[in-house]
Amino acid sequence: MDFSALIVPALLAGTAAYALGKKVDVYGALTAGIGEGLSTIVKILPSLVGLLTAVYMFRASGAMEFLTTLLSPLLQKLGIPPEMTALALIRPISGSGALAVGSELMQQYGPDSYIGRTAAVMLGCTETTFYTVAVYFGAAGIHRTRYAVPAALTADLVAFLSAAWCVRLFFGT
Amino acid sequence: MTMAWIWTGMVVLSLLFGLITGQTAAVGAAALQGAQAAVELCLSMAGILCLWTGIMEIMNRCGLASRLARLFRPLLRCLLPAASRDEETLAAVSANVSANLLGLGNAATPLGIQAARRMARGCQGIASDELCRLVVLNTASIQLLPTTVAGVRAACGCQTPFDILPAVWVSSVLSVSGGLLMAKLLSHLWRN
Repeated sequence: MDFSALIVPALLAGTAAYALGKKVDVYGALTAGIGEGLSTIVKILPSLVGLLTAVYMFRASGAMEFLTTLLSPLLQKLGIPPEMTALALIRPISGSGALAVGSELMQQYGPDSYIGRTAAVMLGCTETTFYTVAVYFGAAGIHRTRYAVPAALTADLVAFLSAAWCVRLFFGT
Repeated sequence: MTMAWIWTGMVVLSLLFGLITGQTAAVGAAALQGAQAAVELCLSMAGILCLWTGIMEIMNRCGLASRLARLFRPLLRCLLPAASRDEETLAAVSANVSANLLGLGNAATPLGIQAARRMARGCQGIASDELCRLVVLNTASIQLLPTTVAGVRAACGCQTPFDILPAVWVSSVLSVSGGLLMAKLLSHLWRN
């Protein structure tokens, strides 16, 4: 029995049954949540159109290749595939930018390739660091952030390394 | 404004590189393809993304989120001892962590901000060690089901978009630990 084949139906049925047992309006909650998902899509669409336009141009012009060859020795030493260069660079700065670059990698190499999987894991285990730091410290009225940014970027770097490493371990290259 | 510079930079560099490599026609075509691909991507990932935000909302309403939150209290007491002495801050932080875990970003951020505000009292605008830790906790995404990424994978024709889950979980845990360790290390070096 494949665990990952079971996870989706089991989660759907389990959650619904448990919630109904708790007298929650399951269907109302489901549709409300779906509405929220739709507004997420609407929110990311404009920046995705803008960014994918730039990413496609960047790739077609050969600039992406240049950037990749420029930084790949460094990344290769760390065990990160050089195709990840652009993704790793934009991830802490822009969430939708990273989504655009990452989805482009998945489309180009296939979602089940080593590159595609690593890109997906990288996206899944990191956040838009600079945005989060700005929101939290801005709201709390903090102007001296001390070591928060270097510590948060360390977490990103560990996430990138571990994503490449975990995909190699679980799925091979 | 950062994105304005990045976007303009990318487009200008694309034009320059296109001129150098003689690929200007391809660059022009790529611009239009990119815009179209973005809309197609959004449409094809919308279904799976919406379904999962729906499921997460059910989990939220049936009390699973607050159960998760209770589970995290002991851990957060160790991580943020001073903040945990204030019951309301502890409640906000644990709700923040559990909302992050369920991928309820819209719910997580206000809760986290509420906690950060309370923790920033008496800090005179200088981040305390615990505030830095709270931010690291939030910048390193800890999510049980990365629904957006799964949506993109499904849109690319992947049959099992969730098969990356173990890899995502391991990487998330390692990344949070790495960030917190670095914070611990830097807190000794960074006196003010």
